[in-house]
Amino acid sequence: MSFQLVKEIFLDNWPMYLRGAGMTIVISVISTILGAIIGLLIGVVRTIPESATRGKRVILKVVNTIFSAYVEYFRGTPMIVQAMVIYYGSALLFDIHLNRFVAAIIIVSINTGAYMAEIVRGGITSIDEGQFEAASAIGMTHFQSMFNIILPQVIRNILPATANEFVINIKDTSVLNVIGVTELFFQTKSITGNNFKFFESYFIASGIYLLMTFTITRILRHFEKRLDGPQNYDLVGNQMQV
Amino acid sequence: MERVLDIQSLRKSFGNNEVLKNINFSVDKGEVVCIIGSSGSGKSTLLRCINLLEKPDGGKIIYNGRNILESNINVYEYRTRLGMVFQQFNLFNNLNVLNNCTVGQIKVLGRSREEAEEIAMKYLKVVGMDKYINAKPRQLSGGQKQRVAIARALAMEPDVMLFDEPTSALDPEMVGEVLKVMKELAEMGLTMLVVTHEMGFAKEVSDRVVFMDKGVIAEEGEPEQIFNNPIQERTREFLRSTLQAV
Ligand SMILES: Nc1ncnc2c1ncn2[C@@H]1O[C@H](COP(=O)(O)OP(=O)(O)OP(=O)(O)O)[C@@H](O)[C@H]1O
Ligand SMILES: [Mg+2]
Repeated sequence: MSFQLVKEIFLDNWPMYLRGAGMTIVISVISTILGAIIGLLIGVVRTIPESATRGKRVILKVVNTIFSAYVEYFRGTPMIVQAMVIYYGSALLFDIHLNRFVAAIIIVSINTGAYMAEIVRGGITSIDEGQFEAASAIGMTHFQSMFNIILPQVIRNILPATANEFVINIKDTSVLNVIGVTELFFQTKSITGNNFKFFESYFIASGIYLLMTFTITRILRHFEKRLDGPQNYDLVGNQMQV
Repeated sequence: MERVLDIQSLRKSFGNNEVLKNINFSVDKGEVVCIIGSSGSGKSTLLRCINLLEKPDGGKIIYNGRNILESNINVYEYRTRLGMVFQQFNLFNNLNVLNNCTVGQIKVLGRSREEAEEIAMKYLKVVGMDKYINAKPRQLSGGQKQRVAIARALAMEPDVMLFDEPTSALDPEMVGEVLKVMKELAEMGLTMLVVTHEMGFAKEVSDRVVFMDKGVIAEEGEPEQIFNNPIQERTREFLRSTLQAV
């Protein structure tokens, strides 16, 4: 390989690479956020304590069974297959012809949601029971304690795992080329269709993937630090009136 | 005397382990009642049943004349009328000291932030933690955490304060600061129900001592009588072993 050739290919095709990378990032960002929200919602519902009334108990049981099936299916099958099933299935079974971009978001989001649901559950159960009890003892409902006390801590705790999902999503969106989403892998494939320089063209793509995942990791780590707040606190002087 | 809590024939089992068997006792306004007894006798379970963290199997809990075990009672509102202090402090780790004391007032009682902060500061002063409002729980010592937990409960301005061994998880040198605060609260006329292994505190501060043994109230009376002249053999036995251990 000559460095010259790599440079030439990049200069000839950079708008396509850029569009592909942009598409990859947009899909990954939106889907990771949506997936995290799905995971949080499922996590909150799954940890609702057993209700005293029979009707509510049954509803909760049904809902939780559906959630479990969802998590099992999407964690237990490859995303490339899920993409095919959802994209062609929605057309065949429900006569919904999804826009490829929308389909991509849906697929990656619900796939991420399945992983995040488990991560969130772990995050909630890792918060000591005592804080739940203290919240109940001052009269908070399950949802009040969740939103004011538990979830802020869960979100902080699952941030590293979410960052990890994000990185995985950047890489795994490449499978979406099977349904024709114009992300980075798809664009690279198109480029090689014209120049037949497979190695050099994909080498550039790998560099762009690495640049994206590396940058994202750094940004999120910085964000984690900021969330933790200062290490020290100031004593409030006697003279200060609140 | 105004009766705040009246516990009648309260029962609670975990599986086939009968932890509370027919408990009867009451707390009047302004009274300080200490519950003593050996480990596993059901003291924590009793407190947890009173604020419904555990669901009693039977009996009545009459609060200000109403049985709160009836189904039409708003449990959440009832719980705001009782302040609970736990052995393990259980502060909210995501919130600083001030917000630990305001979150319940704002979210549950619907007070404005200003009012909630003013009330929180008042009680943080009582426990001597008003200088630490910006600290997070992980930055405090055990004794400081417990004092904040007491302020958090007080800030809801409950009718009764329940304490479940508030000093048992503390290093010995921090026990004093928490007991001192509790003694001040007792002198302020607060109604308190305290599970404790601190016999000195029970003797000095309480109006009445309840001795629990194996799920029943074995003996109850004024501290003078319980500590100096216990009627029951098992009370004597318990006091002998605990006072020896210290
Ligand atoms: N959630 C629970 N599930 C099953 N058994 C329980 C539960 N909570 C308490 N118990 C049992 O109930 C009995 C009484 O426990 P409890 O905590 O009320 O005792 P205690 O008097 O507070 O003891 P200690 O002085 O050690 O705190 C014990 O045998 C305990 O194992
Ligand atoms: Mg106990």
